[in-house]
Amino acid sequence: MEKLFSLNHLKDKAFLITGVISTFFGLVVLAIFLANIMIEGIPRLSLDFFTSLPSRRAENAGILIPLIGTIWIMVLTSLMVIPFGVAAAVYLEEYGAKNKLASFVEINITNLAGVPSIIFGLLALELFVRFLGLGKSLMAGSLTLSLLVLPIIITSTREALKAVPRTIREASYGLGATKLQTIQMQVLPSAAGGIVTGIILAISRAIGETAPLIVIGAMLYITSPPTSPMDDFSTMPIQIFNWLSRPQKGFIVNATAGIVVLLSITFVLNGIAIYLRNRWQKQVKW
Amino acid sequence: MEVMTKNLLTIALATLLFTLVGCGEKKSTSDAQLLTGAVSIDGSSTVYPITEAVAEEFRKIQPNVNVSVGLSGTGGGFKKFGRGEIDINDASRSIKKEEVELAESNNIHFVEMLVAYDGLAVIVNPANTWCTEITVAELKKIWEPEAQGKIKKWNQIRSNWPNEEIHLYGPGTESGTYDYFTEAIVGKSHSSRGDFTASEDDNVLVQGVSTDKNALGFFGLAYFEENKDKLKLVAVDNGKGGVLPSLATVRDKSYSPLARPLYIYLNSKAGEKPEVQTFVSFYLDNASKLVTEVGYIPLTDEETAAEKAKFEEFIKTHSAAK
Repeated sequence: MEKLFSLNHLKDKAFLITGVISTFFGLVVLAIFLANIMIEGIPRLSLDFFTSLPSRRAENAGILIPLIGTIWIMVLTSLMVIPFGVAAAVYLEEYGAKNKLASFVEINITNLAGVPSIIFGLLALELFVRFLGLGKSLMAGSLTLSLLVLPIIITSTREALKAVPRTIREASYGLGATKLQTIQMQVLPSAAGGIVTGIILAISRAIGETAPLIVIGAMLYITSPPTSPMDDFSTMPIQIFNWLSRPQKGFIVNATAGIVVLLSITFVLNGIAIYLRNRWQKQVKW
Repeated sequence: MEVMTKNLLTIALATLLFTLVGCGEKKSTSDAQLLTGAVSIDGSSTVYPITEAVAEEFRKIQPNVNVSVGLSGTGGGFKKFGRGEIDINDASRSIKKEEVELAESNNIHFVEMLVAYDGLAVIVNPANTWCTEITVAELKKIWEPEAQGKIKKWNQIRSNWPNEEIHLYGPGTESGTYDYFTEAIVGKSHSSRGDFTASEDDNVLVQGVSTDKNALGFFGLAYFEENKDKLKLVAVDNGKGGVLPSLATVRDKSYSPLARPLYIYLNSKAGEKPEVQTFVSFYLDNASKLVTEVGYIPLTDEETAAEKAKFEEFIKTHSAAK
């Protein structure tokens, strides 16, 4: 045996085993977590759970209001963050690559991406809720989340624009197109897959956020779903947090069922992102 | 003659119709009337379960009124209340001087209404024969942060108590109950020893104390009431002899300091809105039933009547002053 396995061989084997364990550690934890949530949460899922209002009795409580709130947040945040994020990225990547302002902005965007989400909540509380007088409305909530995910969209859009080969741009100029035309007709369509993927990932990050929304005061019991951007709201993660903080067992079960719903939404969004990325990659051949 | 009767009838009918229509336009606050609008409430997380229950029941009779109940804590709520951002503040203590000043500086008048009492029970195992009453000072000696790792035996608290280990049980540090107990006993909110069995689920505490002869614990009185047969209540002595918590001793304030009143505060401007008036009136009428359900101690009928009268008087003076 000693002849077959020298010390180096043993080291090699040990390293391999450590690597495998490390790789599967995260996966095992995730699997245990998912199994646990599924076992407890799935039996609670029923049509009633989706259509019921919140209640002090766990068995009557449902997610209608937070679910609608989450959809509102998704739509409003997208509307606000996509134009700004994409436009900023186009400027930084296509126009301002070498000027000082752009590099200043770039550093700050990187900084912004590293700011803890609760800080955005505090900023939003003063700026949107109080100064602009938006209250704890959907508008204030989605503005907060827009700020939070803006750096993600800018960064991913820039990556997507960077991936478009220089030759495409040069060919376009060669045919007499202006810069705007080149960006509009060549660069953006080619980069669309990457841009959309970034947007979807950013939005799925936004709907999972809890802390900044709690800071602006969205931890609420409300009796009817929001119907306009100025209405009070609640979202899925806030509802889950609220249920988890209650002592009764029934609410814990509700919370796990809520987690199943929220996870499903996130998985679907990420699935769409992966699908779109693959589709665009096949379509665009450079 | 016949014509006249007919005319009279027509006039009577017309008057009746006009009165009815008039009522509709004025938005009278009768329960049959379906109101719209919004009631925004914030404040104490202790009062939250009561307000939530009231809002849930209120929705059944007034489905078009949007009621929102936040839980920023009593202090956070009073800040918003003083700025006029909310209609009603839930409070687990009376308003402080600075908070009154803030409200006055914004020209906000308010009324305080008592809605329930919150009582805490100190409990031991039924097999515990020695501990029937305990003083506030002794409770402090057990629970203060300095006791950690030092106070471990019953005879360290009172020398004639047995030389046996003491096992402590209490609600989790995230709960309002814990805050309130530590404030009343230790003197500082959120400050206690850490080596006790803590659980957010009161059932775990009941289970723990009921199976452990050397246990001592505390939680909301309502939970004791539900598990009377498994637990023993300890009288608390605050200098005037041991007092057992009960509906009566909490209501007459002799069970101190482990009982406190819970309030709602109404802003006078909000009080002009019919939907807010109806909500508060519904709150006071239904509080006693719902308070018991969520685990607090309801007011006596006289107290409820007095709070209701206070509310109506407040509405009257403020609508008259306008």
